[in-house]
Amino acid sequence: MIYSLCLLLILVGLYGVVASRQTVKIVISLVIMQHGVHLLLLLIGYRDGGSPPIVDSTTTLTSFAGLTVDPLPQALVLTSIVIGLGVLALMVALCVRLYDRYGTFDVTEIRRLRG
Amino acid sequence: MSMIVKTVTRWLKGPILLFGIYIVLYGHITPGGGFGGGVIIACSFILITLALGEKNGLDVFSKGLASRLDSGGLLIFLFVGWLGTYLAAGWASGTFFGNFIATPEQSYFTLLSGGTMPVLNIALGLKVASALFLVFTVLTALRIAQPGLDLEENPEEEGP
Amino acid sequence: MASNIQVLIPLFVALPLAVSLLIQIVARGRPVMAEWLANATMLALVLMTCYAIGDTGLYHMGGWPTPIGIDMRLDALANLLLLAVSLVGFAVALYSVDYMRRFTARGHFYSLFLLMVTGMNGVILAGDLFNLYVFLEVAAVASYSLVAFGCAHEELEASFRYVVLGSLSSALILVAIALVYGITGTLNMAHMAGRIAETGMDAPLLLAFGLFICGFSFKTALVPFHAWLPDAHPAAPAPVSAMLSGVLIKAIGIYVLARLVFNVFGVSESELGLLRWLGILSMVVGGLLAAGQKDIKRLFAYSSISQVGFMVLGLGLGTPLGLVGALYHLINHSMFKSLLFLNAGAVEYATGTRKLKKLGGLNRALPVTGATSLIGSMSIAGVPPFNGFWSKLIIILACVESGYYGFAAVAVAISIVTLAYQLKVQRLAFFASLPGAMQNLRREPRLMALAMILLATGCIALSFAVLGGLRDPWLIGAAQEVLTAGVFE
Repeated sequence: MIYSLCLLLILVGLYGVVASRQTVKIVISLVIMQHGVHLLLLLIGYRDGGSPPIVDSTTTLTSFAGLTVDPLPQALVLTSIVIGLGVLALMVALCVRLYDRYGTFDVTEIRRLRG
Repeated sequence: MSMIVKTVTRWLKGPILLFGIYIVLYGHITPGGGFGGGVIIACSFILITLALGEKNGLDVFSKGLASRLDSGGLLIFLFVGWLGTYLAAGWASGTFFGNFIATPEQSYFTLLSGGTMPVLNIALGLKVASALFLVFTVLTALRIAQPGLDLEENPEEEGP
Repeated sequence: MASNIQVLIPLFVALPLAVSLLIQIVARGRPVMAEWLANATMLALVLMTCYAIGDTGLYHMGGWPTPIGIDMRLDALANLLLLAVSLVGFAVALYSVDYMRRFTARGHFYSLFLLMVTGMNGVILAGDLFNLYVFLEVAAVASYSLVAFGCAHEELEASFRYVVLGSLSSALILVAIALVYGITGTLNMAHMAGRIAETGMDAPLLLAFGLFICGFSFKTALVPFHAWLPDAHPAAPAPVSAMLSGVLIKAIGIYVLARLVFNVFGVSESELGLLRWLGILSMVVGGLLAAGQKDIKRLFAYSSISQVGFMVLGLGLGTPLGLVGALYHLINHSMFKSLLFLNAGAVEYATGTRKLKKLGGLNRALPVTGATSLIGSMSIAGVPPFNGFWSKLIIILACVESGYYGFAAVAVAISIVTLAYQLKVQRLAFFASLPGAMQNLRREPRLMALAMILLATGCIALSFAVLGGLRDPWLIGAAQEVLTAGVFE
């Protein structure tokens, strides 16, 4: 059930990318879509009633494997968040530069290339 | 910015920086590490820029220094990894990022354990902090979008 | 020998990354030093690749054993692609010394260029699916910045479209990775292949496979997903276009598709059928749209879509001969498409325009460009005895051998269309008489000419590869065996 909420978030982001008229709104919708994907990735590693995957001097291998949530998707999501940050910085810089050149944030007016 | 915001910023910039350094340093014991701690360190400098103005922010952490720390942090990361090829022993010998700082048994879960991981965390923290501060400063304090401007240079781009 | 190659494998990724950062620190205001560093690094990569030909290896990062750690895998297919990346990269680095002289901030250009090479090498050598995704993103973000490098109107607009579509496809790939991890419980490609072989392709795995195909078809610019390429490749500066069209869409597109279909998910008839239809569609649409273009670089961009369709058709045939054809066409296309884009860049450098109507008679004014562009055009059109002829012949023979006579006929027809538009470019740009407004053009500088001669020599040398036999050309036969060996151990 909660996976379908993640899918809903991804679809909302996708709709925003397709239907937005402004470059900044397209950027924000892409960020929402990436958030949905990260949530999906985190949920794959979730275990009902699990404990955080932190090892201290009392945990053993079997207790760790049996009780905690999966730490690997958490590491994957961290990496992916940082990648998303880099792409976001690039996209915002592009939006600023596009405004310099074309004088508008409207995607339908930024259409010199066709064919 | 009002007097309240400026005064509180002057008090809080130190503890926020210290908290970020704590998260970076204890990255092998508690959650956080290089990425999260670096973001918090960057936030303390961004707070100075936001509350006290861009001149104060750039005085504390200049653009040139941030750019050099950005590349330098990742170079330290790669260098430590490359050292592992020569210095690592045992089953990790001769491999990139092999662990070469030994950890005695009784010092597990303390600060000076975890092999090369604290060093890598510190390098990552430096890189993420300076990269994030540089992105923020370039996009807000150094460039203002104006229509019809005709510029020659390309934007400051950072890798992920 | 074994320990030598073990040390070398991570250096393919670490060396360009370290030099890229070094350029940021050391060569900030000194573009000449950045040029020297970048060219020396690409030359070192070419030498390392030549040294590594014939060797294979599996490298464990940090010594951690296979299911737990991150692997880097060097086999014959990776060797082939590393060769393409480093040779084309070296030629493009030489070319950009002169071409980029009119841009400011050249230090940033070489840093981003080396970051893109790092990303591509990382994708080629990756043995772990998430490592592949991270290096894919590194290469993609570097290419987004490089497309927007000159900050002219078209470059920014093309780069914005490219970024949005690229991020969309990366999000799809990440969803697919999440699904595959959830089902198989591992990210290591060899381990994953074993688990998929045990459980078989049930519905969630089919969904993940479909999402992978969608995401990587964006990166390869196969036809329903090609919308970014005709804007991004012409608008970028010429050396960047050569790298993008020559190696990026192959290293992060076709290579990963081949690995996923043949080595991880296991071959099945429906998967191959999907690849065949995507290939035919790209071939036809790209070829027909290319014939009507008036801008020389946009024509070459659509032609890239068409040739990538040939390669994916060869992959989709699944037989050893088809795979040989696809891989041979891959490395051929790297050589001659990069050469053609560098030629277009030289034409633009000398005349200042890219519209075919305004050009003419450049054979006299730019002799090196004219000669190498003739070699490139003959190669891509499939004129014997150049390398393009052999690879297209092998793909068509493989179609006939597998019984797809319709596909073979379409491939022959599109080859003729390719010949037609390449001849159109040659006639309009190089052979006609020089228009009055274009007398006294500057000849191309020495390093640009050297880079083009290097790639043309590579084209001619590759046509000798078929001397090893039509079924087993030098180096490509070994690469094909990696794919037909099936799922990883």
